[in-house]
Amino acid sequence: MAEPNVILNNPAQEGTTREQDLIARVQRGQNELFYELVRPYERRVYAAALAILRNETDAEDVAQEAMLKAFANIRQFRAEARFSTWLIQITVNEALMRRRRERTVVMEAIDDRRDEESDYAPRDFADWREIPSESLERKEVRQRLAEALATLDRKYREVFVLRDMEQLNIQETAEALGISVASVKTRLLRARLMLRDLLAAGWEQGWFSRLPFEKGSKPW
Amino acid sequence: MVNREAVNCERVWHEISNYLEGDVEPALRSAMDEHIHTCKRCTSVLEGTRNVIRLYGDERMMEVPAGYGRRLEKRLAQNARASSSRWSSWSAWLVPVAAVALIAGGLRLANSLTVAPPLKSEHAQQAHDIPLDMLVVVSADAKLFHAPGCDVIHNKDRERTLTAKEAMREGYVPCLRCLRKYLNVAVAGHAALGAEAQADMADGELRGKGH
Repeated sequence: MAEPNVILNNPAQEGTTREQDLIARVQRGQNELFYELVRPYERRVYAAALAILRNETDAEDVAQEAMLKAFANIRQFRAEARFSTWLIQITVNEALMRRRRERTVVMEAIDDRRDEESDYAPRDFADWREIPSESLERKEVRQRLAEALATLDRKYREVFVLRDMEQLNIQETAEALGISVASVKTRLLRARLMLRDLLAAGWEQGWFSRLPFEKGSKPW
Repeated sequence: MVNREAVNCERVWHEISNYLEGDVEPALRSAMDEHIHTCKRCTSVLEGTRNVIRLYGDERMMEVPAGYGRRLEKRLAQNARASSSRWSSWSAWLVPVAAVALIAGGLRLANSLTVAPPLKSEHAQQAHDIPLDMLVVVSADAKLFHAPGCDVIHNKDRERTLTAKEAMREGYVPCLRCLRKYLNVAVAGHAALGAEAQADMADGELRGKGH
């Protein structure tokens, strides 16, 4: 019996190799392959822009601009960085520049000065159990989660999105936003706890009432 | 060393995010584990926070507007085409510009190295070994210059004397007969002088005979 090909059977390895190949080909001038290269990240790019701009039209515009900028600078990309991280960092930078240009952040900036240093105490201690991923198939669940995220102050939302949604690490998040690692950790803690409280409230308000838990019983 | 008494609920909440990142000291982690195991409230906080991270980390949470991918693909395709055509247009300009530059440079180089008069016979070759200060004879209607006394000079009434350098500058080419020793031309190289020069010579010979 033939030995299984470990490398070929590893989807992550295959994906990385294919991505490296695409990057090299685009860098050599095969421009038409660029969309194929960035397609796996198009949603993440949009989400990063939306987290900063909070406007769908602006977010899409910035996502496109970020992709064009990445294309224009593809020859500067070096393999030691993750391509996805590089792309998200370009997007964040583009979105931050757009926001500064449009000066839409003045009112939020005042709120941002509050509370960062004080501890956040959880408010809800319902007995949580794991919410199945299948719940995300329902549009109303996704909508509720998006609304909860949108209620966070800008500085918490941005850190949370980059770390927990875009999967940047703490250091990369700090660099992308131009803040310290300590600030990222503080804001991330608060963002996670606040969202946890909001989702706990969601349990009580029946957001997940049609989830496949045991009939007739609450999940806690 | 972590003081076990310091790990109360507040401390767990304060460190819960770092705990989930795997970014707490082993001693603190053990103390937190022990506390969480016996504390319903902290268990709730830990499990709830885990849920948050897991749910929001799901790609399905990244909803995009309808048609977003299509619009993005279209814009990138336009950009790729524009980028390619920019290069094509550059290269379309670059080729003739480079060619002109090469030709101009070549001509300039040629001019700097040689005296390049318009030859009176386009088939004739320039003589390279004729002493430039050698006195030669040309006649007004002919194409050759000759050593004085050459018997193929025609139209002797209108002949004039000048240096080989001046003759060549005016486009005259050397006579194959009288200046052969200065030319790198074999006998078979008559053809190199071309039909016009040979005709010129033949004409001169006939005239010479006629005289």
